[in-house]
Amino acid sequence: MSLMSRATSTTARVAASSRSPGPEPRTRLARTGSWARRAPLLPAMIFLVVVTQLPFVVTLVISSFSWNSLDPTSRHFAGLSNYARVFTDNELRSAVGTTVIMTVSIVAVSLVLGLIIALLLNRAFLGRGIVRTLFIAPFLLVPVAAALLWKDALYNPNYGLLNGLLTWVGQLFGSHHPAQPDWLSTMPKTAVETSLIWQWTPFMMLILLAGLQSQPTDAIEAARVDGAGPLQIFRYLTLPHLRRYLELGTLLGSIYIVQNFDAVFTLTSGGLGTANLPYSIYETFYQAHEYGQASANAVVVLVATIVIATFALRVVSSLFREETQR
Amino acid sequence: MTTHLPTVASAPPPTRNPRHRLPQPPSARRRKGWNTAWGLTAWGAGLFFFLPVAWMVLTSFHSETDAATNPPSLAAHLTLSGYREFFGSATGQSPLPALINSATASIGSTLLVLLLAVPAAYALAIKPVRKWRDVLFFFLSTKMLPTVAGLLPIYLFAKNTGLLDNIWLLVILYTSMNLPIAVWMMRSFLAEVPISILEAAQIDGAGLLTTLRRIVAPIAAPGIAATALICFIFSWNEMLFARVLTGVAAITSPVFLTGFVTGEGLFLAQVCAAATLISLPVLAAGFAAQDKLVQGLSLGAVK
Repeated sequence: MSLMSRATSTTARVAASSRSPGPEPRTRLARTGSWARRAPLLPAMIFLVVVTQLPFVVTLVISSFSWNSLDPTSRHFAGLSNYARVFTDNELRSAVGTTVIMTVSIVAVSLVLGLIIALLLNRAFLGRGIVRTLFIAPFLLVPVAAALLWKDALYNPNYGLLNGLLTWVGQLFGSHHPAQPDWLSTMPKTAVETSLIWQWTPFMMLILLAGLQSQPTDAIEAARVDGAGPLQIFRYLTLPHLRRYLELGTLLGSIYIVQNFDAVFTLTSGGLGTANLPYSIYETFYQAHEYGQASANAVVVLVATIVIATFALRVVSSLFREETQR
Repeated sequence: MTTHLPTVASAPPPTRNPRHRLPQPPSARRRKGWNTAWGLTAWGAGLFFFLPVAWMVLTSFHSETDAATNPPSLAAHLTLSGYREFFGSATGQSPLPALINSATASIGSTLLVLLLAVPAAYALAIKPVRKWRDVLFFFLSTKMLPTVAGLLPIYLFAKNTGLLDNIWLLVILYTSMNLPIAVWMMRSFLAEVPISILEAAQIDGAGLLTTLRRIVAPIAAPGIAATALICFIFSWNEMLFARVLTGVAAITSPVFLTGFVTGEGLFLAQVCAAATLISLPVLAAGFAAQDKLVQGLSLGAVK
């Protein structure tokens, strides 16, 4: 963790040093003692360190033990042997792959869809508020409820809505045996991803719509007067303006989708190659009771996340540089 | 939808109304036609996205036999039996304890988050400590680490202290889960309080409490509400912690929901009723505060 905070403080320092040197704007308020200023911060920081950072330290310790909870007498110090298994474990390797593919594809697709919808909603038309509400609804379903809805009411091969619609289309064309695929077992990854894209597109849309609505209209008008077509306006004015909103959507989406557990657990129980890292660690610890191994897996995931998150934080820091100029 | 466009655009101009002093130029009319097409496309896409939700609500009011037909029965008669069964008329297991637990965990942790986040945000925005950016990024960095990596120690701790299956453990964990985001959000909301007003108040001799109550609170109130709403939603939705750390007495609604499906017989209407009912608090809160939701979820970066 110290590695992480050191990296972030460097980032933040870069951000801070880019400000113009000069007296702090709050000099008059700055006279109160520094401890009086820090005091309100301490409860939150201490709370977070104890509840979120301390467990990682314990995880690190447990990861050096060979420890299966079903056989407590066998617990012994095992050095780095758990780590050796992490890198040879096929299951974990496939979980890493699944996590990367899922996160990237879900974030990318929901960003693009969210952008298209945001562009649609950025025009005035009758009932725009209602349409926006319709779009937000998927994001507001409880994730487990959404996953159950997709599993039982939509994907179900016998009476799910998807195959029901196929039957209807088939009847329309006079076919008596329309295709009735078993969506979850024939395309498990796509099925999980689709349900998550459906949930996260509204989130991306909301952020991008806010970005579009903050775009100054005079530049667009000027470009239009100068004869720029809608595509050119989008390419050279709108897209650059949206950059930081796209980055923000990517970052926040990734934070939550990397950690997704509910959809994988509910839709496929991690079967058919859909087990991502959170699910596979959960399974190693909760079902296989391999405490030492689960902890080693967790530590590896943790280190990988720290590396990725350091880059991500650099992005946020650039996002907030303008805003923090006070 | 796009097939309508050429027709609209190439339609012969209707005879102009002589009472209009400024007749619309053809380009404006074309733009109006575009807007209609645009609106129809948006409506179509919106309804398409909403279809699964609508289907869930409709199915929840169907009987089990009507829910399990292929092709789907749209005009089947409506019944509340799905909801009755959800409330335990069939299995005898009432969802009320789970709903109450969820409410306790969500509301309790949200209050605790505010209690911790508001002073912290004050120290980051109104009277910023030195290096407040570093502190802010420390908060966000804790949010990026996978919760699952700390799950086992928390489980062992709970097991050894007898806190397993105790709803107050979830209150603590949900507080830590939402605190970083809440600090970021609250800081951006408090940063909107103009410095000049605070200085003026200080010169006029207003004490800390008066300043907080009369100046900071009114400006920050909508932001506090938005923060609370988002913390509530995330706590209400959480399942991994709840699943591992509760068993019987302290299960929350999402856990109840996953255990609700037995896989025997027809259960589609029940599942839809359960999913609808458990999502209802979040849906209601979210719809009521759509705009604040955006500002909050973007950590205040998007105004």
